[in-house]
Amino acid sequence: MSKSVKVKKGLKLPFKGEAEKILEVVPLSNTYSVKPPNFYSVVPKMLLKEGARVKAGDELFFSKYADQTRFVSPVSGLLKEIVRGAKRRILEVIIEADKEIEYKDFGSLSTESASSEDVKAKLFATGLGAFIKQRPYDVLADAEDTPKAIYVSAYNTAPLVADLEFVLKDKIEFFQEGINVLNKLTEGHVYLGVDSHSTSALKDVKNAEILSVSGPHPAGNVGTLVHETEPMNSGEKVWAVGAEDVAIIGELFKTGRFNAERTVAVTGQSAQDRKYYKTIIGAQVGSFVKAFDDNSRFISGDVLTGEKIDSDGHMSFYDNELTIIPEGDSYRMFGWIPFKDNHVHSMSKTSLSWLFPNRKYDVNTNLNGEERSLVVTGEMEEVMPLDIFPMELLKACMAGDVEKMENLGIYEVIPEDFALVDYVNTSKVEAQQIIRNGLDIMITEVG
Amino acid sequence: MSWIRKKLDKVKEPFQPGEKFEKYAPAVNALDTFLFVPNHTTQKGAHVRDAVDLKRTMITVVLALIPALIFGIWNAGHQHFVQLGEEVGFLEAFLHGSYKIVPMIIVSYGVGLAIEFLFAILRGHEVNEGYLVTGLLIPMIMPVDIPLWMVALAVIFSVVIGKEAFGGTGMNILNPALTARAFAFFAYPTYMSGNKIWVSEASDVDGISGETILGALAEGKDVAYSSMDMFSGLIPGSISETSTLLILVGALILIMTKVGSWRIIVSGFIGAAVMGLIFNALNIEGNGLTNFPWYNHLIVGGLAFGIVFMATDPVSAAQTTRGKLIYGFLIGLLGVMIRVFNPAYPEGIMLAILLMNVFAPTIDYYVIQGNIKKRKKRLKLKTEKTA
Repeated sequence: MSKSVKVKKGLKLPFKGEAEKILEVVPLSNTYSVKPPNFYSVVPKMLLKEGARVKAGDELFFSKYADQTRFVSPVSGLLKEIVRGAKRRILEVIIEADKEIEYKDFGSLSTESASSEDVKAKLFATGLGAFIKQRPYDVLADAEDTPKAIYVSAYNTAPLVADLEFVLKDKIEFFQEGINVLNKLTEGHVYLGVDSHSTSALKDVKNAEILSVSGPHPAGNVGTLVHETEPMNSGEKVWAVGAEDVAIIGELFKTGRFNAERTVAVTGQSAQDRKYYKTIIGAQVGSFVKAFDDNSRFISGDVLTGEKIDSDGHMSFYDNELTIIPEGDSYRMFGWIPFKDNHVHSMSKTSLSWLFPNRKYDVNTNLNGEERSLVVTGEMEEVMPLDIFPMELLKACMAGDVEKMENLGIYEVIPEDFALVDYVNTSKVEAQQIIRNGLDIMITEVG
Repeated sequence: MSWIRKKLDKVKEPFQPGEKFEKYAPAVNALDTFLFVPNHTTQKGAHVRDAVDLKRTMITVVLALIPALIFGIWNAGHQHFVQLGEEVGFLEAFLHGSYKIVPMIIVSYGVGLAIEFLFAILRGHEVNEGYLVTGLLIPMIMPVDIPLWMVALAVIFSVVIGKEAFGGTGMNILNPALTARAFAFFAYPTYMSGNKIWVSEASDVDGISGETILGALAEGKDVAYSSMDMFSGLIPGSISETSTLLILVGALILIMTKVGSWRIIVSGFIGAAVMGLIFNALNIEGNGLTNFPWYNHLIVGGLAFGIVFMATDPVSAAQTTRGKLIYGFLIGLLGVMIRVFNPAYPEGIMLAILLMNVFAPTIDYYVIQGNIKKRKKRLKLKTEKTA
């Protein structure tokens, strides 16, 4: 039985540079990295020193304030470097990979017979806990909690992203096992968001409530799925797991191996070989991106929520796409005149771009203006399918008013739900950052 | 165009951070960004952004004002020559109007922008574009014969007390342009009402009837204009308020581009019509305004201009979708009510908008409270279920 989730408010961003559905297996890269900043608010405590040898699945560090959550190496090899930033904060743990990956054997566990406690203990002990994020606050799940429900979105509606159905095509068996594992962790439902036009086997996955999703971005976001199924209340917790990560979880329970395989779609105008690459979490981008235009920005993730990385950097932990787009550090003469420069995409009707609904747009990183006071009203609501007042919530976050934030629904949102607000707002305010700051205040004040 | 860019970069050198004139950077940046959309790239949050910015939005409003402005300039000259009994062509009337009105626009922009630049430098932020609209609106809603120093004073009051005192663009409670008009109206009533000020240089000519329709009605006189005159705008009045037709052209531009809220505009006209209909139905004895046909209320005086260009100012209006409907409706309703009941203030719409500006946060408060209640109810249901 599938439930349909139809979203009207939102925005489809038609950018040039989608990846072709060709899968190429990439030879092992020289180095892989695990970046603690990818795990928001985790304070890492290293278990190994530089020069140590690890197998794929060996623990690297754990979370100082939630020590059941362990973080393991995606490959076997030599712990080459621990990169530190200001105040000795650990930014990256870099591992020089062996020629062939040697896996640590965790032993298989049948989800049919095992108890919930055993499943959960194994999950967190083997480093799989890092794949599970908690809402509210968008932080890692706490092993002590039992979530109200668990959400998996296999339909990413953001622009220039990996088609998760294509990614999961050959992994349905592990994916199903992963869903079985998740089912053991909650007394509620495991929800799986799938494209309503999908013809893939994802629609036949068992032990999950299938949500048949249609509509513009952010229809596929977990935040939207939560809102359409069981809206969050104060005090509740739900968990969210990335689609390909579910397959990694399933594989470990079936085979006992931590196989951190990651399918990365290389997208964006500045990338020259735009297709899918089968690699491993934390791979150096140079191992699969050979040709790209000069003066480009490398984004691990999509253009709305991704992280800027160096062109010789490593992929972030959760991302299924590497987007490479031109930097927009050039001037546009009189670009602010209404109805001029219609080649730049705009939701606003002060541009004529709405006359060409099927056109694909060039896109770059130009801010297309400068930050201003919040003046224009009504535009944020157009891209916000959740039943909240986006501008009022942003103002409450800026003011740090805990009660107001709570009343206006801060528990229902995480930064990515405001990504389109970042994109469309006339005043160029950094909505995602403001929501993140608001969530941080909630974490310290309410917990 | 790269040579202009190079020249500009050279000019801007002493204004860069760490250089001598760093403090004054907002002033040069404001001028630079009029020529070029800057080369700033996204640093956090979404890596790509929409083409729209505040400058584009504000210029769209200015575009929407142009038809009413051009007509207003011509009509100022036209009314002048009509009262003198002379027949002149379009150009002559337009030139006479320009001679009166262009200096007002220059004073308004000059004084207002100087203050905006000053505050931007003092506060260390970039210059907001809001004044591009305000600065044009202020002369457009003044009587044609108002002295220039009065325009300047009204601008200073509106920008400093009406806007910057509240924290600048985006923080003001009252519509700045209307604040300027209200200031002039109450500070210099003899220059802002009566029957000598609405036609250019009328006071120099004896025995002419240059009063506005609302003024005449309030005094119980008959009106010499047809509804068609009122709609097309061939009547005396504040510079750009007279032509409902061209104001509607502006409204169309605002609604099509979604820069102005159609909810406020439509509900504003509905509110005014409802109040007009109520007065018509009551058929009470009173001044000439109580029995003034309801449709004429919509096309006479500043009502159309106020609803289309003033009430839709997003900063001082209600901000929620439902709030906008209520806000617009009440403006129309109150505008006609004040107009009819208080003959001393025939321009009720100005006061109605300012009043609703003050109440807009309250309207929003109740709309948002509805959303909060829904959330609390959901929580209560759930706790009851688990208990």
